[in-house]
Amino acid sequence: MTLDPNTFLAIVAMAAATVLTRVAGLVLIRFVAIGPQQKRALEAIPPAVLMAVIAPTALVTGPAETLATVATAIAAMRLPLLAAVAIGVFVVAVGRAVVGA
Amino acid sequence: MKRAEILDEFAGGMRAMAPLTVAVMPIGLVFGALAAANGLSSLEVTLMSALVFAGGSQFVAMDIWAHPASWGALAFSALLVNIRHVLMSASIGTKMPAFSIPAKYAAMLLLADEIWAMAELRAERTQLTPAWYAGLAIPFYCIWVLASLAGSIAGTLLGDPTTVGLDFAFPAVFTVLVMGFWKGRETGAVLAASAAAAVFAHQLLPGVWYIAAGAAAGVVATLFMGRRREVCA
Repeated sequence: MTLDPNTFLAIVAMAAATVLTRVAGLVLIRFVAIGPQQKRALEAIPPAVLMAVIAPTALVTGPAETLATVATAIAAMRLPLLAAVAIGVFVVAVGRAVVGA
Repeated sequence: MKRAEILDEFAGGMRAMAPLTVAVMPIGLVFGALAAANGLSSLEVTLMSALVFAGGSQFVAMDIWAHPASWGALAFSALLVNIRHVLMSASIGTKMPAFSIPAKYAAMLLLADEIWAMAELRAERTQLTPAWYAGLAIPFYCIWVLASLAGSIAGTLLGDPTTVGLDFAFPAVFTVLVMGFWKGRETGAVLAASAAAAVFAHQLLPGVWYIAAGAAAGVVATLFMGRRREVCA
């Protein structure tokens, strides 16, 4: 049960950033009128951010990761979150064993 | 509202959320195990889940974790990953006439993706009350924190998560979420631009700049598509 000061600072900073994003929307609707252009830009942010996060893993890490990402995406069209994630984890484990990485 | 009614509403929210509350358990366990593998103590894991309470950004933090932790990079990446919450709170904020102003802001502190989605669904059918929202959010929050703690304890016993592919759990979660945002060809353009820019930036720049690069490229792509559609129309 240790608490590293750097780690604690990082956690508090992350929490502050997260709270900021969660409260900002409420403040926004009180002061700003969101036009169609602004709405489009805001709507593109979630898929763009998530894609950016997974892109290096999905595309340039190795064949097992690429294959597992494709398998997860296909599974996500039919199956609930947990099942699709389980399939992805399974495929990456098997793929790594086969590739030997 | 009478006390019995408040309890009824709370129980209703809790029931509606139950499947998701169960589903978040293994994800919390994986987060705890990953964090433990990165050298975080159980106390640190519990604090992060309790104070940040945003799974996506917590997993990203584990991906870019370094010793000693760089608070600037971690806060910046949390800001980028959670920027979607601005839209989510703006949207649900217009559907909370039953909330006092302090209650509204308190509710926003727990605005995780799953809670937001369920609250939006409720608001479409009937009045969203503070008690119902509390029933939705509080048990889910407690389970997330406890599962993270349990994972951090079990994780140190389990050892390296890469051998069983558990490190892939978070890219897999994001892949599923990305698929949920699919709204046709325009989403395809956003994703392609984001992926290309992110991979490019990832090869060239240190840290989490690739997330900013991908987000910016995705937004530019959608604005470009919108302009082109206006020209064609």
